[in-house]
Amino acid sequence: MNSKIVDIWIAGAAGDGVQSTSEMLAKIAARCGLHVYIYNSYQSAIRGGYVYAQIRISAKKIRTPSDRWDILVALNTDSIERHKGWVKKEGVLIFNCDRAKAPGGLTGIGIPISEVVSNPLMQNTVFLGAACALTGLPLEKFEKAILEVFGKKSQEVKDANLKAAKEGAGRAKSLAGRFKLPVSDKSHILITGNQALAFGAAEGGVRFYSAYPMTPASGVLHWMADHAAKLGICVMQAEDEISVINMAIGASFAGARSMVATSGGGFALMTEAVGLAAMTETPLVAINVCRAGPSTGVPTKTEQGDLWQVLGAGQGDYPKAVIAPLDVEDCFYMVQHSLNLADRYQIPVLMISDLLLSEHNETLEALDPKRIKIDRGEWAGTNGAGQFLRYLYTPGGVSPRAKPGMPDQYIFTAASDDHRESGTLISDVDTDPVERKKMMEKRMRKMEGILKEMPPNVLIGEPKADLTLVGWGSGCGILTELVARAKEEGKKVNALAIRSVWPFLSKEVAGVLTKAKGVMMIENNFTGQMAKLIRQETGFEIPHLCLKYDGEPFYLESTWPMVQKALKGKAQAREVILTPYGLAEDKG
Amino acid sequence: MAELTVIKELNFKSETKPDWCPSCGDFAVLSGLIKALTKLQIEPKDAVTVSGIGCSSNLPGFIRTYGYHSLHGRSIPVATGVKLANPNLKVVVTGGDGDGYGIGVGHFIHALRRNIDLTYLVMNNQVYGLTTGQVSPTSEIGYQTKTTPQGNLEQPINPLALAIAGGATFVARAFSGDPNHMAEVIAQAIEHKGFALVDIFSPCVTFNKVNTYEFFRKRVLKLEEAGHDPANLQQAMEKALMWGDKIPLGVFWRTERAVFDQAKLSKDLPYPADWSGQHGLDDKTFNNLLAELR
Ligand SMILES: Cc1ncc(C[n+]2csc(CCOP(=O)(O)OP(=O)(O)O)c2C)c(N)n1
Ligand code: SF4
Ligand SMILES: [Mg+2]
Repeated sequence: MNSKIVDIWIAGAAGDGVQSTSEMLAKIAARCGLHVYIYNSYQSAIRGGYVYAQIRISAKKIRTPSDRWDILVALNTDSIERHKGWVKKEGVLIFNCDRAKAPGGLTGIGIPISEVVSNPLMQNTVFLGAACALTGLPLEKFEKAILEVFGKKSQEVKDANLKAAKEGAGRAKSLAGRFKLPVSDKSHILITGNQALAFGAAEGGVRFYSAYPMTPASGVLHWMADHAAKLGICVMQAEDEISVINMAIGASFAGARSMVATSGGGFALMTEAVGLAAMTETPLVAINVCRAGPSTGVPTKTEQGDLWQVLGAGQGDYPKAVIAPLDVEDCFYMVQHSLNLADRYQIPVLMISDLLLSEHNETLEALDPKRIKIDRGEWAGTNGAGQFLRYLYTPGGVSPRAKPGMPDQYIFTAASDDHRESGTLISDVDTDPVERKKMMEKRMRKMEGILKEMPPNVLIGEPKADLTLVGWGSGCGILTELVARAKEEGKKVNALAIRSVWPFLSKEVAGVLTKAKGVMMIENNFTGQMAKLIRQETGFEIPHLCLKYDGEPFYLESTWPMVQKALKGKAQAREVILTPYGLAEDKG
Repeated sequence: MAELTVIKELNFKSETKPDWCPSCGDFAVLSGLIKALTKLQIEPKDAVTVSGIGCSSNLPGFIRTYGYHSLHGRSIPVATGVKLANPNLKVVVTGGDGDGYGIGVGHFIHALRRNIDLTYLVMNNQVYGLTTGQVSPTSEIGYQTKTTPQGNLEQPINPLALAIAGGATFVARAFSGDPNHMAEVIAQAIEHKGFALVDIFSPCVTFNKVNTYEFFRKRVLKLEEAGHDPANLQQAMEKALMWGDKIPLGVFWRTERAVFDQAKLSKDLPYPADWSGQHGLDDKTFNNLLAELR
């Protein structure tokens, strides 16, 4: 099978239609049974800023953004200058030759837009037609996509766009098939991490979702709001994140499966209530979709910088689980697993995603609705009669729940003040060191059970290797690609992708690390937050940190040299990657 | 159909005795609420009291209904979640002036405009009781506390005027010195469809030596005896702004507006244990959602 990746970059100013054009192309490829990975590099500004999208297409699954293009679709002149340096060997530039010339040494398909279409807005369609010709994506699929996008418009508009696409294809005739992709009659789904979290939550029986808009978590809210009425999910945009989480806790107390998602700033506002959920033993899933911090940070850029924020959320010691899904597919399953954990242990389960994972689109062949069943944990009335004690001391720390509306005998008050088994307070006037100690221990006993139900971390590649890479959450993508690259080059590299953040699978992680010949951490932050956690939990100090904190994710070509350095024993304790030349430059 | 039992005040009696200072105004609010629930024949299992933190916010622990004693200032969001998840429940929010008009005032304002069907009882003692006597957002100008030894400089919030302006559909005031009147007002508030505020003068006998039972007894008048029309917005606002020698009690403002009921959950929210082993989505729905992504 031809597993070559074709990298198509679509670049222009914000408002030029970069996103819609890239999504259309991605959809066409996915419908041809190809795998697609889109990474959007955009600014917060709705119009005017500079934007580009990478559309990576291949017969095999793709897991990272890349550093180089095969086809550059330049929606404006500026983007030619910006990206000309990152061309692969056979690269082809598609551009409007009314406005620009192809730079020397670049193969260009210059199309005089003013000649081929009457309306300059159709430029993008012309270019897509040309890109289809270069990659061998069938024009019929393109026609279908046009019909969908312009479904509500007049026949005239549709015809004009079809004609434009054909014009574009015609202009690329001389190079047709240069990047030929193996089209099949399969069709993949195209989905983002945020959509997978929302879809997974719906499959996991979420009935209450509240949020306050915050990039890059808003995609979950948008999906939820869009599907709320049909699915019977109550979706609330509350006045702030404090209200968001407290509403979700109220809904959960009343019996609804509840979830919230936000980014670091909103999560900071939520933290007092994370402890409230733990104290009142009210299940809740709260997701932090990280952006680059601190403070407002870089709202539209990615980072894995909130690990310690999530670990330290809320005052006091309390039982919780922290899970960082490894990829888009994992988001779908891990959110269901988290909902079950929350219910089974009556705890807050915190999930960590990030901009990269949450907002990029990728193809999946399938999602399995049958893999995880809803488990709502223990409820009163299911374990015999007797006086109901909501916070009954049990060996596992979990006490059967009740909810308002259940018969009189179950009436109780859940309190943020610490309490006895019955729920009556042991703070304020009536302190009680004995009961306080017992209740702390009851709650914390849950951690033993939770530990056994944490999802296993993933070892990528062979068990034996000369170098073991370590990453977490969304970092799984670059780890997978680095291991594959090493294999291609005959090097023995494997990787450990950590998704169980808390409780930490210390034994398993230590087992891998102490046996490894060489270890390098790959993390999208400044301090190597996961490396610190690993040291804390295993005593193992990872000798080399490969870090990136310029707002961009790891790209394969610029990360691979670090792995080579480590293999040669030449890596420093701290290796910092800056996004490849030009990408970080902003002339504006 | 459940058998018809008569609900008595005793049904709401909690085994936990209130730990409020003797004569604290909050005792009267507790009994006023119990009287109102009894009058309306609401079953204890169908009532939920939700509070924040403060002396007043301890109330849910002293009444036999389901209860949620949440964080300082967060009672309204919690109650909103409870009500949305199960609209069949009667949800009564209780708390103090610091809890509701200070740290939680943002939620208060949004609950007003949202008009969610909650009853909000604020035990307004114009001081922070639990934290031993600091200035509150309803403390009067010049009022001396530990934290304002030279006297309070800030204009107090007028909760009734704020509520009327903020879109409340039921605004009333009661006084712990007149428990029967209070019970009547609370009953009307619970019956009201939409967000109902009852601001209650509930003296803190320990930390507020100015706004005492005596202070209010001398000043209060009942709106219903003064020919007030609670359907008249202008009159309502005028009465809400009255302070000084004459301070009105009763229902200031009452109107009808669409109640926030985004959640259509109750009809298909099964007993939670029955969900276990199931899937959130049926095959057809799942496949349709998947098809959207193709
Ligand atoms: C986030 C937070 N800040 C501060 C406190 C401390 N605190 C507890 S109650 C309270 C004020 C209570 O005043 P009020 O709501 O008027 O209730 P009262 O005791 O007067 O009935 C404060 C400041 C807290 N519990 N939580
Ligand atoms: S301190 Fe004041 S508000 Fe608190 S219980 Fe005593 S009298 Fe009541
Ligand atoms: Mg007070």
